Amino acid sequence: MAVSVQPVFERPKVLKTTATHYCAGCHHGIVHRLVAEAIDHFGVQDRTIGIGSVGCSVLLYEYFDIDVVEAPHGRAPAVGTGVKRVHPDSVVFTYQGDGDLAAIGTAEIIHAANRGELMTVIFLNNTTYGMTGGQMAPTTLPGQVTTTSPYGRDVKVEGYPIRMAELIAMLGGTGFSARVAVDTPQRVLEAGKTIRKAFGMQIEKQGFAFVEVLGACPTNWGMSALEANARVSGEMMGYFPLGVYKDITVSA
Amino acid sequence: MNNRLFVKGNEAVAMGAIEAGCRYYFGYPITPQNDIPEYMSREMPKVGGFFLQAESEVAAINMVLGAGAAGGRVMTSSSGPGISLKAEGMSFMAGSEVPAVIVNMQRPGPGLGGIDASQADYFQAVKGAGHGGYRLIVLAPWSVQELYDLGMLAFDLADRYRTPVMILGDAMLGQMKEALIPHSYHRPADLPEKDWVVCGKGRRNHANVVKSLMLKDGELEAHNWHLHAKYDLIKQRETRCATDNLDGAELLVTAFGCAARIARTAIDMARGEGMKVGMIRPVTVFPFPSEVYLQATARTPKVLCIELNNGQMVEDVRLSVDRQADVRFYGRPGGTGSLPTPEELLEQIRKHYKD
Ligand SMILES: Cc1ncc(C[n+]2csc(CCOP(=O)(O)OP(=O)(O)O)c2C)c(N)n1
Repeated sequence: MAVSVQPVFERPKVLKTTATHYCAGCHHGIVHRLVAEAIDHFGVQDRTIGIGSVGCSVLLYEYFDIDVVEAPHGRAPAVGTGVKRVHPDSVVFTYQGDGDLAAIGTAEIIHAANRGELMTVIFLNNTTYGMTGGQMAPTTLPGQVTTTSPYGRDVKVEGYPIRMAELIAMLGGTGFSARVAVDTPQRVLEAGKTIRKAFGMQIEKQGFAFVEVLGACPTNWGMSALEANARVSGEMMGYFPLGVYKDITVSA
Repeated sequence: MNNRLFVKGNEAVAMGAIEAGCRYYFGYPITPQNDIPEYMSREMPKVGGFFLQAESEVAAINMVLGAGAAGGRVMTSSSGPGISLKAEGMSFMAGSEVPAVIVNMQRPGPGLGGIDASQADYFQAVKGAGHGGYRLIVLAPWSVQELYDLGMLAFDLADRYRTPVMILGDAMLGQMKEALIPHSYHRPADLPEKDWVVCGKGRRNHANVVKSLMLKDGELEAHNWHLHAKYDLIKQRETRCATDNLDGAELLVTAFGCAARIARTAIDMARGEGMKVGMIRPVTVFPFPSEVYLQATARTPKVLCIELNNGQMVEDVRLSVDRQADVRFYGRPGGTGSLPTPEELLEQIRKHYKD
């Protein structure tokens, strides 16, 4: 008797078969997949342009089968602005870490959002500088020990972790701003929907769309993958609440 | 000539750019080049182009990187502190081979310095403002007409060699008004196809990636040798220099840009006094016209280099002549009230002519 086999789970078309260099338990890989699924969902691989940033995700072009420009540290939203102006019908996304987006690149992200650039920004907040070996980030939590805050982040000296999703939501040009996490299967599904929504906003030319993803960095946090995951679900969500902070497509 | 215009240098370079098909401009205001973004903001929409005032020079140069990587003819302009801020971006563009045009209407420094004419950014332009050992093609106009002409040429050079090109002007050239005869742009038939740009994969069977990170064994070294070979080719093919009365000269005067403009008047005065003075004016300062100096000094082994700085191009002149000539220098670093007069330069010519 013939058995028909229906695939229930496949590699997104946009992802190459190259194995990623990410550490065990790192969330970058999951988020890459969600971005790839969104590109597949809209069938826009042929007109998508990724803007890589400087951080652990700098090798993005090794994993995504799309055109990519590599930006200097923090400047992806500016590079994306230039790309988008030349190809207004392309689908442009930046993929940035917290050091890249919320420290050195603060001006570029604020102004790109405020101009309402039609691009999608995927912001992975792992409360540390992963690529350079675990230094303090603008999102490092109060008291958190990093290689450059060995006594714990002292808010009197180093200030407070910045809540970017809320900040971006306040700007006039922002169409969508949300914070998600990928620490449980349920939240992975929700994050996937949110990222899809953020690509849809751009494709329908509705405005700048920003998705902050809380991510684990077991290596630099000095934790097992499970402990790191638990830190996202607990401590991180306590300071960085999940939610949609702005969505101009739903009326209040 | 019915088609003769009276325009500012800053506007001329912008006019040349638009005529050459520049359709994207990103910049940030700074004196003495504000007429460029102002002109672009007014004129770009009329030709279906795009102007954006960025939040900083850092953002502007990275927008330029993006637009250049996407295949657009794109330009930015700035001066002094603003060019310093663009340094990282220029290094990335050189490394990832993104064509674009950067105008520097020099002002004196260091720091906030001043807003008058200066040539103190020669080193910054020619030796590479940013990190990693790259080169820019650097064009050094000396008139409003040349700002227009080189403003056009810069885009062809950028596209031909996939490299950022700098137009090195200054406050005097940018802000003075002269007659300009505009002409139409003719795209060279042999400019290479931009098959490397990011525009979405489309039906291509491979993705295009514009990047400068090279981590594989030997990859970066090979890339640097490739860039080196490209710079050599540029030296062979694109060196431009204007010379005048080299035959029988007793003294060679050399200068670029606005210093050459003042020196020109002084040289004419010296000739009026019977002195045999030749002139060498580099039009490209990278590539530097070393060969011209080498040949000219074989016959006339005395050079006076005049600059609006404390001695920068003179180092390249000395390297070029390789000790076969006596190379002297006169310069002033710029700043309010520090522009040399033709009489002042004539005095220098007299002095160096004699001994
Ligand atoms: C101008 C500049 N400054 C510093 C660096 C070094 N650097 C590389 S990655 C990085 C931080 C990356 O951290 P983050 O953006 O949080 O991303 P993650 O690696 O954690 O994913 C830094 C500081 C650089 N490449 N360029």
